[in-house]
Amino acid sequence: MNGWRRSGRGAKARLVATLEQQEVVVLRGLVGEVREMLAARSADAPADELAELTGIRTGSSTPPEDRVLARLLPEFSRDDPALAGALRSLHEPALIEAKDGAAVTVLESLPDGGGRVELTPEQADAWLTALNDVRLALGTALDIQEDMPEELPPDDPRAAHLGVYHWLTFVQDALVQSRMQLLQR
Amino acid sequence: MPAPLPVPTRQVEEVTDEAGTADTPWQAIVWNDPVNLMSYVTYVLQKLFGYPEPKATALMLDVHHKGKAAVSSGDKDKIEIDVAKLHAAGLWATMQRA
Repeated sequence: MNGWRRSGRGAKARLVATLEQQEVVVLRGLVGEVREMLAARSADAPADELAELTGIRTGSSTPPEDRVLARLLPEFSRDDPALAGALRSLHEPALIEAKDGAAVTVLESLPDGGGRVELTPEQADAWLTALNDVRLALGTALDIQEDMPEELPPDDPRAAHLGVYHWLTFVQDALVQSRMQLLQR
Repeated sequence: MPAPLPVPTRQVEEVTDEAGTADTPWQAIVWNDPVNLMSYVTYVLQKLFGYPEPKATALMLDVHHKGKAAVSSGDKDKIEIDVAKLHAAGLWATMQRA
């Protein structure tokens, strides 16, 4: 992957990249893991008779204990726990659904064995969302800081994963730049 | 946001809640974090709120340098939706009385 380039104009505008087979494998794996975490969170939502009767879904009112999930699904308020709980319960099911939808868009557009990816602007937005979620998950797990070095010492167990993180950063940043150019046309 | 300068910003002063009444406007606040890209935050603010690029960039820089920025304001229902949209995009956002 050498970045994204624009193909076509107006309604036919597409953002195009070429992925190596290994890059597809990595993306599939990471996006799939985020989906699994979100699905497990959904499964943890308390059963609610009222919700079953009304069809209005509610999620848990407490933040996830897992810090990766907690970063993917942050609190709505810092200083009002009651408000935070109520809004989490109300919005979390749809938020998980939106994130999962973006992840599925990525999985469906990935060419098995590597090759060309061609995204409409809407698909590019889903990619940006899903790439960001994967970076949030990996970044939280790796305890990424603002002043993270390009490389860690080889004996650091995080060294290989940091390389993946930096690659994802490159893919996302390049896609944002290309997507913003479409916005201005 | 990781680029271009390292600015540790976990420690930020809280905006005081001015003991507002029910009709006090609310704000959506975006907080700095070490993962979200400056370019992506700018794009999300343009896309979600229709802000022109200079305004989105200025807000992003406030988030980056000051640790947070109020990116929209309005009644509670509107801000609740705004924060949900920011969460869907992966930004670290909360709501509070203005």
